[in-house]
Amino acid sequence: MNRRLQKLRQTVGMLLLAGATSAAAQSATEAAIAEYHEMFGDENPAELWEIRGADIWLQKRGPLKADLTGCDLGLGAGVIAGAYAQLPRWFEDTQRVQDLETRLVTCITTLQGFSEEEVLAVKFGDGAKKSDLEALSAYVAAASKGMAIALPMQHPAEQSAYALGKDMFYYRAGPHDFSCATCHGESDKRIRLQALPNLTVSAGAQHAYTHWPTYRISQGELRTIEWRLQDCLRQQRMPQLKFGSAVAIGLTMFLAKTAEGGVMAAPSIRR
Amino acid sequence: MSVTTPRILKAGSLLILALFGQANAEGDNRSDRIAATVQDSFVAKRQAGMDRITQDYTQRQCTQYADAPLPGTVSAEIMRRNRATIKPPSDGVFLGDVTAGEAVARRGRGLQSSDDPAKPAGGNCYACHELAPEELAFGTLGPSLRQYGKLRGDSQFVLDYTWGKLYNSNAHIPCSNMPRFGHQGILTEQQLKDVMAYLLDPASPVNQ
Ligand code: HEC
Ligand code: HEC
Repeated sequence: MNRRLQKLRQTVGMLLLAGATSAAAQSATEAAIAEYHEMFGDENPAELWEIRGADIWLQKRGPLKADLTGCDLGLGAGVIAGAYAQLPRWFEDTQRVQDLETRLVTCITTLQGFSEEEVLAVKFGDGAKKSDLEALSAYVAAASKGMAIALPMQHPAEQSAYALGKDMFYYRAGPHDFSCATCHGESDKRIRLQALPNLTVSAGAQHAYTHWPTYRISQGELRTIEWRLQDCLRQQRMPQLKFGSAVAIGLTMFLAKTAEGGVMAAPSIRR
Repeated sequence: MSVTTPRILKAGSLLILALFGQANAEGDNRSDRIAATVQDSFVAKRQAGMDRITQDYTQRQCTQYADAPLPGTVSAEIMRRNRATIKPPSDGVFLGDVTAGEAVARRGRGLQSSDDPAKPAGGNCYACHELAPEELAFGTLGPSLRQYGKLRGDSQFVLDYTWGKLYNSNAHIPCSNMPRFGHQGILTEQQLKDVMAYLLDPASPVNQ
């Protein structure tokens, strides 16, 4: 199973090159995914991350030699089914609103005894350099597949995280005067051939958010929403967004809330 | 004294009211609301320094009214300020080299933390505009510029209008989604001239 998927992953790079040459006035985003399905059916290399995530979840690791089955993602210790569809949310123990990744960091540090530095050493994987956080994110997200996004949104801190995210979505700055809304504020727009979801309306936000974490064909890597935000802000010519920062959580909250009711399909597949 | 005190107090409280009234009229300002959190959430990376977080007047107003109608007075003030920044070409020549202009229109890189600051930035016009008919990979955030020069000619009016648009889009369209290429120093004067030629020269691929 693993071997077959690994081989699949190698072929994907070539596929993308082939796709790039057939320039047509249609969205490259949809074209790449359609071509991919034509060649590989419903296979998704994200499965490799899921399998690795499940492994890590059950391994006794760290100075405390513990597994992660005691991790509380909001629905109680060890409950992963449906947990991702209700994140980000407020956590009493940390007194913070947390998204999936920051919550995983909390579990790894408190249950297994790793330092935060150790956990965050590889936030985003790169070939042989693998990220445990990405693998765990894929594993946990998969346990919300088919479930509708429903955020608690009761705690004042959850509401202010949403408000911050919304303000940030419209914050124009940098040499190009860009904000998220420049590229994601209208429907049916594209940049070059890449389709731009309108993230201010439910349909657009659902189309985007329900697919993350996602396997990115162009990178041969599984990516999380924290990665997506950092990379869009790079294109926005902004400085580096800090991992797990208030703005990262706020933007995620804004996206998740706007996508509310959407059915989780992550880990999915993207260009 | 005891008689005048209430008068002074009254005047004082009126002044305070007026000042607070101002602050309130600006709205509970979106940028002010999040300034400290934004500062804490980012860190400088290579050429993308923390100074990029700071907004100028235009960015601040366009943030505040991004999802609401722009008040007439604010709109006029944005245009006034941005018009004042436009510098015509220093030697009076508006049109540069078509081929060099095409490279500027195609190039997307520039000013991202991941870009080499030693290399010139691109204008990335194709990200948002249709231009030459053979290039199908164009975006749609801006209007089509196909046959831009052929349709408009090259009168002094067209030269001034187009130069102004490239130099500072907010001079006539407040809160435009098009970057202010000249004003923000994204493109050099020579690059602006080259792109002008790409748009306006009758021999340019754009005008075929
Ligand atoms: C300069 C344009 C630009 C800006 C500004 C921008 N993005 Fe994006 N964004 C893109 C592009 C292009 C894609 C699609 C990339 C692809 O097709 O692989 C994208 C993709 C996304 C996606 C995933 C969509 C999906 O369907 O998978 C999300 C979520 C997103 N952006 C959020 C944001 C947020 C939040 C901001 C502001 C912090 C932002 N973007 C700013 C260009 C931009
Ligand atoms: C991020 C998207 C974006 C980029 C990049 C961009 N533009 Fe624009 N452009 C727009 C938008 C939106 C408009 C319409 C609003 C306005 O006029 O400001 C526009 C308008 C224009 C117009 C006016 C068209 C008319 O009929 O009056 C010209 C000319 C133009 N752009 C040229 C360029 C050139 C040349 C470049 C590259 C150097 C470029 N643009 C890059 C978004 C963009």
